Amino acid sequence: MKSSIESHFSTLRQQAESAEFGMWIFLATEVLFFGAVFCSYAVYRASYPHAWKAGAGLNDAMLATVMTAVLLTSSLTMAMGVQAAKRGNSSPLRRNVLLTMLLGVLFLVLKFYEYYEHAHHQLVPGWDFSGYQGASAQNVELFMSFYFAMTGLHALHMIVGLGLLATIWVMAGRGRFDEAYHAPVENIGLYWHFVDIVWIFLFPLLYLV
Amino acid sequence: MNPGSHFAPPEASTIAPWVDGLLAYLTIASFLTTLLVAALVVVFLIRYRQRPNRHARQIRGSLPLEIGWTIAPLIVMLTFFFAGASVYSRYQRPPQGAMDVYVVAKQWMWTLQHPQGPREKDALHVPMGTPVRLIMTSEDVVHSFFAPAFRIKQDVLPNRTTQTWFEATEPGRYRLYCAEYCGTSHSNMKGWITVMEPQEFQAWLEDAGQGPSMAAAGEKLFQQLGCAQCHAGTCPPLGGLFGSSVPLEDGSLVTADIDYLRNSILNPQAQIVAGYPPQMPTFKGQVTESELQQLIAYIRSLSEQGAAGSSQAPPSGVRSDIEEGVR
Amino acid sequence: MTPTLVEPRSAIRESYLAGETGIWSWLKTIDHKRIAILYMVSITFFFLVGGFAALLIRFELMTPQGDLVDANTYNRLFTTHGAIMVWFFLIPSIPTVLGNFLIPIMIGAKDLAFPRLNLLSWYLFVTGGLVALVALLLGGVDTGWTFYTPYSSTYSNSAVPWLVTGIFIAGFSSILTGLNFITTIHTMRAPGMGWFRLPLFVWSHYATSIILVLATPVLAITLALVALEKLVGLGIFDPALGGDPLLFQHLFWFYSHPAVYIMILPGMGVISELIATFSRKTIFGYTFVAFASLAIALFGFLVWGHHMFVSGQSAYASMVFSMLSFFVAVPSAVKVFNWTATLYKGSISFETPMLYAIGFIGLFTVGGLTGLWLATLGADVHLHDTYFVVAHFHYIMVGGMVTAYLGAIHYWWPKISGRMYPERLGQASAILIFAGFNLTFFPQFLLGYLGMPRRYWQYDAHFQMYNVMSTAGASILGLGYVLPLVYLLWSFKRGEAAPANPWGATGLEWQIESPPPTHNFTTTPTVTTRPYDYPDARQEES
Repeated sequence: MKSSIESHFSTLRQQAESAEFGMWIFLATEVLFFGAVFCSYAVYRASYPHAWKAGAGLNDAMLATVMTAVLLTSSLTMAMGVQAAKRGNSSPLRRNVLLTMLLGVLFLVLKFYEYYEHAHHQLVPGWDFSGYQGASAQNVELFMSFYFAMTGLHALHMIVGLGLLATIWVMAGRGRFDEAYHAPVENIGLYWHFVDIVWIFLFPLLYLV
Repeated sequence: MNPGSHFAPPEASTIAPWVDGLLAYLTIASFLTTLLVAALVVVFLIRYRQRPNRHARQIRGSLPLEIGWTIAPLIVMLTFFFAGASVYSRYQRPPQGAMDVYVVAKQWMWTLQHPQGPREKDALHVPMGTPVRLIMTSEDVVHSFFAPAFRIKQDVLPNRTTQTWFEATEPGRYRLYCAEYCGTSHSNMKGWITVMEPQEFQAWLEDAGQGPSMAAAGEKLFQQLGCAQCHAGTCPPLGGLFGSSVPLEDGSLVTADIDYLRNSILNPQAQIVAGYPPQMPTFKGQVTESELQQLIAYIRSLSEQGAAGSSQAPPSGVRSDIEEGVR
Repeated sequence: MTPTLVEPRSAIRESYLAGETGIWSWLKTIDHKRIAILYMVSITFFFLVGGFAALLIRFELMTPQGDLVDANTYNRLFTTHGAIMVWFFLIPSIPTVLGNFLIPIMIGAKDLAFPRLNLLSWYLFVTGGLVALVALLLGGVDTGWTFYTPYSSTYSNSAVPWLVTGIFIAGFSSILTGLNFITTIHTMRAPGMGWFRLPLFVWSHYATSIILVLATPVLAITLALVALEKLVGLGIFDPALGGDPLLFQHLFWFYSHPAVYIMILPGMGVISELIATFSRKTIFGYTFVAFASLAIALFGFLVWGHHMFVSGQSAYASMVFSMLSFFVAVPSAVKVFNWTATLYKGSISFETPMLYAIGFIGLFTVGGLTGLWLATLGADVHLHDTYFVVAHFHYIMVGGMVTAYLGAIHYWWPKISGRMYPERLGQASAILIFAGFNLTFFPQFLLGYLGMPRRYWQYDAHFQMYNVMSTAGASILGLGYVLPLVYLLWSFKRGEAAPANPWGATGLEWQIESPPPTHNFTTTPTVTTRPYDYPDARQEES
């Protein structure tokens, strides 16, 4: 076994348990972080149902469906990566992590394409919202504020996730993981799945309502 | 001005004695609790101070005591809750026949308008012995209408109407403050509320009331903005609207209170009346908050016609408005 | 008494202060004790910044006219005072300094579960602090520490995004600290250190950490949205787009009310330790005190609306929030009664930390009871947003938390520094602080009842008498705070060397050397007794 146990822990198991426990607590933090925006969204949705419907109509549900598929697939490859790490196979681990990253990048590309489209159609709140001339324009702008805040926050989490995955990829390349020590892979896997789940909520709220 | 004493502000409204009574109860209860804790602590500190050859007696706890000092404070606090809630509910229920005053707050000035027309800046004249209901909104940030002598305080919000009321009991001049921090001149956003004998107030009103009443000003605006053309024909009629229940397109019912009227003018597409096309344009940016209040006063007056015609009379629908509208 | 721990004393081990020295060894350290010292230095700096603003505020308020500074400066001063004191002193104070130093030792661990994360927390804290200071250098912020929209998001022409960003970054420091503590308490306890053998200090930090982890993210995202609204016009709170003027207040207080418990719970933990040690007694009703901390943390999430009784929220919501606020007060009362009962049949001595603990009980009782006034609906209408509120929360935060912090610093100073502080001076300054504090803040209760609104730069002349008293008290209080700063610094170099256990206290931290060695324990201790296992009079006699 490699010396991957830090001096303040008694056992490797204690170290892995701490890491996983810490990750779950971090995810609890994240739930509250997104939760505040989701609650605000719900409050306004109740006040302005028509504007929310009109706002969702400005977003491309087809594109979002594709993005959802991309992201779900990336969760699958991530899970396969974690399985490989548990078995101590570093080359399928690296392959799956790389695939996950590629899918993540593809998602972001589609996301930024969507932003570009919104900018093109003058649907960016606070900058140029003249593209929408229908009823309740202000409230629709409010909806689009939520759209940008929520998807932007999500995209930021994706970018952080990509950075973490890159680290895992490099560490795996250096042979840092084995059957006994792979807690970082598992924890970053948890994070990646969490970010996916957030999108699963965003998709209906912003595209399908 | 009546500055009160160094220990109490003037007590100049019907609700003030209730608030002071509540505070007196809280003071006595808190004083006794503090005295109890302090006495026990001091006695124990002296009696059980460290002395040679004497050890502490280890006592792990006592379930009856723990239950006792969980339940006892809870009971005392529940009396606080019920006493407080009963006083609070007085704030929520303006009496029948209250005189309305429309308030617009903006950085850093209070504008107060009487339905009869007179408009005051940083000042308000009211008669003694008549309940006054304040219907308030803000043009910019959050402010708060605070009159210590009357023990009233209510935040004044942008994009929303809030209300409170008081009935003055002592003639005099009393302070009006902005209590919610609102920017640079927050501490100068204050004025005077002058309480007058009823006859004196009538004289003041006649003296000051040269212009049209709020409803008349609202009616004029109603014509100027072109509302009259539609609302006489293809749009929902406004007579008797205020205070009634309005069926909406989505099947729900909404009470036509002040906030409803306000929203319907600024954001007409949000709540479409059942059976009418969504064709009304927004008037956001075209009317000031004061003008909005005049329009609302006018629409309210359409529901009051036949009810003595005096703006002092309780408008029909005020009750439901208060139940639904005061938040 | 059975010894809690058998630590070989034969070999003198190197203290955490010795060994590597030099600035880099400190900036790269992952030793929880050194990180605690880093925090101590940083929060002392921010305390001085916030305290200086407070003094200027008090001097301005000596006269009714605004004559010392102009309105804009005054508004920036109280914002600076509030924001710096809350986020850069009170919230980090006991957890990051004493929690960091003591939790691993108290549970028999060599360090926190994530030492590098701990250092990252400190760097985030300092970065956040520096960004907040940039806001001050750019002319300050004039929104008040509460950042109410739409003033902060639309109308204020001050460096709001900077200050908000600083708090956002410091918020992540809080979250990581809380995460680290919770994990550590779960996974790093020494053999035999069951949950009900934990010192109450650890219990209260556990409860605090839950709040840190669950409430702080809500503040972070809320402030981020305010900053985005200010910077790029994203309009979540904008009334012009139909934004709800109360939404921000709900989100803000969802964090900031629990944050009050972040500020007081660690103080309560300290008081439990001090009362036990200086009465040589086990804590009366240990389990109740421990669970009271958890109850406060959980109920604390359900009462935020009591800050909004006159805001325009629905009257029914106000009633529910008022009722729940009384429920959250019960566990606090239970704690006070248990501390009082602990004194009974004790063997009490009056060293400086004990004086602070006694002061805490008194001031916290007054602060807590006046909090009940504000939770009482009919009373809050008049008292809300007046100096009564200012007095109330200073009784909790300064009278409570700062008093507990100073008591804790004195109590564990021999352990942290390896030196004794001058006892007489310590006692004198504790009394000075108590007197100065009451003179500063008690008159403000009366000012509030008389109707003086908060955040007023100028005020009506009849409020002057109490304001002068308050300013006089603040001067005494200021002096009271400078004294410990001076003699503690002095004692760090010149003080008498401290023994391992100067107070004859129980607890693992007193079983190892003063100052502790780098890895705390050479061998992981095995715990065999309850906490606060002091000798009993009956056993001695028999």
